Order: sequence, then C-alpha cells, then structure tokens
Amino acid sequence: MTPIAFAEKYGLKVVSQGAGDCRDIGGAYCSDLLSLVMGRAKADDALVTVMANINTIAVAVLADVSCVILCEDIHFDENCVKKAQDQEVCVLESSEPSFQVAIKLARELGLC
Amino acid sequence: MVSEEGLPISTLKWTYEVDGSDFTRAGEASSNVKKNLRKLGVSPEVIRKVSIALYEGEINMVIHADGGHIDVEVSPDKITMVLADTGKGIADIDKAMQEGWSTAPDEVRSLGFGAGMGLPNMKKYSDEMRIESTVGVGTTVYMTVYTGG
Repeated sequence: MTPIAFAEKYGLKVVSQGAGDCRDIGGAYCSDLLSLVMGRAKADDALVTVMANINTIAVAVLADVSCVILCEDIHFDENCVKKAQDQEVCVLESSEPSFQVAIKLARELGLC
Repeated sequence: MVSEEGLPISTLKWTYEVDGSDFTRAGEASSNVKKNLRKLGVSPEVIRKVSIALYEGEINMVIHADGGHIDVEVSPDKITMVLADTGKGIADIDKAMQEGWSTAPDEVRSLGFGAGMGLPNMKKYSDEMRIESTVGVGTTVYMTVYTGG
C-alpha cells in the first residue's frame, strides 16, 4: 500500500505528497529519537513520530523511508514542509497517538 | 589511465565544508552526495549506507567540533569518506564507540540527537571505519563503503 492510499483509507492529512503515490510502505518504525531512526529504520519503512523539526526530514531522506507520519496533531512548520516537498518526502499527519497509527500500519502490512 | 591529480580517471572527488553554527543545515553534504550517487547509478543500499554514515558524521561535526571538512571519493569498487575537524577531540575513542555514551548538550538531545548513536551508526553503515583523534587538536574519521562494483 502506498502512503497516499494509507492516508486516504484512514483519513490522514497529506502535508507533502512527495513520492507517496509511487512507492509502497514496506514496514514501519516508531521512534522520536532521530539517532535511533538513522540506525534502525529500514528503507521503505513508514516513520511514525512526534519529532517535528527540520532534521526529521533530513533523516527521512537519508534513511530512505517511504513516508513520515506525524502523530498527536503535531505539525511541521512551513520551512519543514517546504523542505519535505523539495526533497520529495511524503509527510502525513494524524491526530491519533503513534500506537494507534502503528496498529493501522500493522494491519495493512499483514502483521496483525 | 590517470588524471593530472594522479587519480584513476574513473575516480570522482567531492569536497564539502560543514557549517558548525547551524544545526538545521547539517545534512547538506550527505544529501548532495546521495543525489550525486543516484545519478551515477550506485545501488540504493550502498547509497543508503553512505548517506547515513555521512549524515551522522556531519551531525557530530556540528555538535562537537564547530564544523569541519569532508572529502568523498568515488571509485569503481568503493566510496571513501574522510571527515576532518579541528574540534576538541575525543579523549576515549572506545567509550565514544559505545551505544548510549554521549557528551552532547541537552539542546541537541531535544532535537532528537545526542543519544550516543552517532559513531556506532557510522561503524554499522560503513564497511571500514578508523578514527584518529587528539584532544585539543581535532578528529579525523575515515570511512569506506564497498560498492561491489
């Protein structure tokens, strides 16, 4: 399932489309510690986080995740959104906690 | 065949200055390298390894050394990265290599870094890594990722 399809199915807001309609979510990684994300997220994972700063976008690009899902109604500022768009990073926003988003991802990934 | 600099003709070399004053700009060199490697048709897994190792290095240079200088060399079989700074140096390299050990300030931790994962991540994603450091003089990190080419 692509990040955009996931957003449509579960009502998440698409803040930056990026490459979100042309690659699939291959797994998921939940963390707010970007150092851990760099070391442990896998390519194509959906990164589920509440860490909303410009480095989150840089980490998403370099770790090559399929999308960033920002939870708990937390938002990126304009500068971050612009960077995400420039770097073709798909960014989604959810009002739910990370755990709830993770459950939905697990369902779509056939993990539960 | 070699170029005037004595490099094999198929070797590419890029250099970057890392601005130590702006934490939000860390990652510019690694993003640029990633873009260039993609254009060269390097495999996504190799690009990912180089990008992550280099980004962690950039972050370290900004946090601990007020910036520095990066040389990246791409040859047919490997990518070598040399990250040199004139910062305070690492007193105990073995300790610095342990996951979770960090001297980063709280301000950096609040941005999601400084968890003591930088050097371990660099080691994890490079095929070879060597650190030379002298307290009060600076640190140079040498990393190699083999392309399998």
